Amino acid sequence: MGYGIFTAEAQSRRETFMQQRMDSRSEYYQRAPKWFYAFLSASLRLCGSILLIGLTCLAQNDGTEQNATGKAGTFAIVGARIVTVSGEAINNGTVVIQNGKITAVGANAAVPSGAERIDGRGLTVFPGMIDAGTSLGLAEIGQGVNASVDVSEIGTMNANAKAIKGIHPHSSHVNVTRVNGITTVMSAPTGGLMPGQAAVINLNGSTADEMAVIGEFGLVINFPRVVAGGGGGFGGFAPPGPPIEFTELVRRRDTAVEDLKKVFRNAENYLRAKDAYAKDKTLPYVAADQRFEAMAPYIRGERPVIFTVERERDIRAVAKFVGEMKLKGIIRGGQEAWKAADDLKKNNIAVIYTHVYSLPVRDDDPYDLFFEAPSKMQAAGIKYCISTGDAGAEVRDLPYHAGIAGAFGLSKDDALKSVTLFPAQILGIADRMGSIEIGKVANIVVTDGDLLDARTNIKYLFINGRMLPLTSRHTRLFDSFKDRK
Amino acid sequence: MFAQAKADDVLIKGATVMTAVRGTLQNTDILIRNGKIARIGANIAAPAGVRTIDATGKYVTPGIIDCHSHSMLDAINEGTFSVTSMTAVRDMLNPNDIAIYRALAGGVTAANLLHGSANSIGGQNSTVKFKWGHPVEDYPISDAPPGIKFAMGENVKRSTSFAPPGTAVRYPRTRMGVIETMRDAFLRARDYKQSWDDFKAKKTRVMPRTDLELQPLVEVLEGKRLVHAHGYRSDEHLNLLLLADEFGFKVATLQHGLEAYKIAPEIAKRGTGVSIFTDSWSYKLEAYDAIPYNAYILWKNGVNVSINSDSDERMRRLNLDAAKVMKYGGVPEEDALKMITINPAKQLGIDKRTGSIEVGKDGDIAIWTAHPFSVFSRVEMTLIEGETYFDRAKDAQMRTDMAKERETLEKLDINKPPAAGGGPPRVPTERRRGDRDDAEYGDGGNK
Repeated sequence: MGYGIFTAEAQSRRETFMQQRMDSRSEYYQRAPKWFYAFLSASLRLCGSILLIGLTCLAQNDGTEQNATGKAGTFAIVGARIVTVSGEAINNGTVVIQNGKITAVGANAAVPSGAERIDGRGLTVFPGMIDAGTSLGLAEIGQGVNASVDVSEIGTMNANAKAIKGIHPHSSHVNVTRVNGITTVMSAPTGGLMPGQAAVINLNGSTADEMAVIGEFGLVINFPRVVAGGGGGFGGFAPPGPPIEFTELVRRRDTAVEDLKKVFRNAENYLRAKDAYAKDKTLPYVAADQRFEAMAPYIRGERPVIFTVERERDIRAVAKFVGEMKLKGIIRGGQEAWKAADDLKKNNIAVIYTHVYSLPVRDDDPYDLFFEAPSKMQAAGIKYCISTGDAGAEVRDLPYHAGIAGAFGLSKDDALKSVTLFPAQILGIADRMGSIEIGKVANIVVTDGDLLDARTNIKYLFINGRMLPLTSRHTRLFDSFKDRK
Repeated sequence: MFAQAKADDVLIKGATVMTAVRGTLQNTDILIRNGKIARIGANIAAPAGVRTIDATGKYVTPGIIDCHSHSMLDAINEGTFSVTSMTAVRDMLNPNDIAIYRALAGGVTAANLLHGSANSIGGQNSTVKFKWGHPVEDYPISDAPPGIKFAMGENVKRSTSFAPPGTAVRYPRTRMGVIETMRDAFLRARDYKQSWDDFKAKKTRVMPRTDLELQPLVEVLEGKRLVHAHGYRSDEHLNLLLLADEFGFKVATLQHGLEAYKIAPEIAKRGTGVSIFTDSWSYKLEAYDAIPYNAYILWKNGVNVSINSDSDERMRRLNLDAAKVMKYGGVPEEDALKMITINPAKQLGIDKRTGSIEVGKDGDIAIWTAHPFSVFSRVEMTLIEGETYFDRAKDAQMRTDMAKERETLEKLDINKPPAAGGGPPRVPTERRRGDRDDAEYGDGGNK
């Protein structure tokens, strides 16, 4: 038995470290003995006896692979406080989960026969949190382990690169994030002018399809920015170049925007030519171009374009671009978004705000400049949500980003909405997620306190109505070492 | 008791006081005189001339102490040699670093300013109080024992950095080499100490040459200088503990120690402290086994744990990082608070003067709008030795003044662009942020 367990450990290590990107089985076998010996020696020191090793491993090997997918069924959380988010909170009520959906909510909701009853006394039911600005699943270890990084494709125009094809369903970031109450994320590629298409995923599933809420949600564009020139090359080691005047920097940005427009126009022309050929075969045949092909729903305004952009001057340029090109626009980042409220509202652009934790830019900026930003956006009437903007590992901090905004001007209710209903609205999934309502997907978190408080314990977790074990890479390592003498 | 009131004498009235060592006191007053906490109790009358802060409904904690910071440092790493014990961060402290003020606004009053982690043996540290607005010589805590940075693992191996063109690859390149670099340095330091001991014992009349590299390591051997050792993997931190056993010194803190939970009994046995991030992980391979239960396991084993920032950003919210350890494993509230107050004070050897709210200690205090572990809490005021260094009400006035000043400056001829009749362009140069250790990757630092 022991040997089999070691193999499972080696297997799990192999998957997480090497991201299933190893070239051949033989390479794995070359590495396996190293893990065997390391684990064997660690375990002997750890437990002191073979019996204990067996027990420890039994506890670890609960029959689930790294990202357990939980159990389906009918569940009734009874006697809990229910924070619906969309409506009034219910102080003592029942939530029923059936076939993956919320089928009853209320003080007097009936518990269906055969439902698994969960005693909700002293607990609170919240909708799962949504982080709309991550790259979760695309990079396991960002620094120094390139084999685990799939976040940026080569080249600048990658409209056809799809996050959903790179997201690793068995990434440990998935289990670590969800056990802190985050059930859904948008995961986006980065790098280059047009990094690719972002996906909206639930943090549960053995395959990308099982995780997908919207597999191809939005086209990411790193919008050209006015950036101070003259920086040193080679990681800052080279001496800085000559200073460049601001108006020239703006001109350069605008030139880059014109180039971007040309890409859109070319794609439009391509699609028009293809349509024309479909109707009239005497016209020249149009060779397929997968990049232009991928842009089609975005050019037509059927799906959103997600612009990563920070400063007011560039946010306004995005608004102009969205208006001229008749796009459905979303801003990700949006550091100074409140300053461009008029342009954003006029062009119906929402902001996925990723800077609550960021340091102010200038020394003379107020110390709480970005802590206060969400409340300023709220006051200005901008449609926004709060996001960690994190690559993956720290997405679990989402509630505290919202909480800090709640300490600096945002109401507690809006702070909660900024990571539940608001991101659901921006991602176009508010009909399915973001609140506790009948008919919505059962993405539910049951806690012993305020969802945004760092001391709060998650007691139950449901995604798509499946009750998930509250285990993660971290709880497993904890279990392995907590009693080591 | 009847002494003349000083400008910084202050009476804080009616607060919920979390002492960090003797529980939480309701509706309590704290009198600070001559920079020290003079009295703690109910209904203390303000002595003549002493200003009063009404803290009714507010929480008071000791000022937060960050046991790993690179704020104020205009350079982080002397990365050319593998042993740079002759360098000291004291030589380039910048008292105008805005990170100081932002940290004060998060309740931080003191910090361990460390050399970077590029070298097996780095430079000497500075233990400071954030006396924003004071000259730089007021920052270092005069009676804090001196310390030095050691480092192990990926950063020392230069795993992810590139040597600029034309420069040689530096030894060591492996964890094997790192520990041997340290052993070599201590062998040399021991010989050097012997040569001085012989001279002092008059065995020889030839005075040895002073060696600035080895002198700090002799102080380590003599127990006069604290070792703060950056590292991640438990095996390499254990290697250092074994090396310290071999040379007969104690390691003061394992810095980061994200895998310290794997060797908690070995650490506890040696009385070494660990200074960690609560929950940063996965930003590099050696941080992949980091777990947020680290603090709990170490605490349960009796290890002195502190929670640090290693980041100008994270430094502003260390209270929340302490709050998290209550959830991960279940560290009790006061022990969680200790991890950002008295525990780092002990690790830095400044616990006799700061780190808790007790009579006789320095008046280093943070006043919060709500429980400091609540995410909705905010710092209202931060005091060091009774003097107010952050006051949110004054900050509000200051930002109005600064906005006006900026507006005036922007209208000056000298600041007009050439098209509007100004002179040639001037581009403000930003201070280089330097090569931070680790955290900027993993903790949401500016992107």
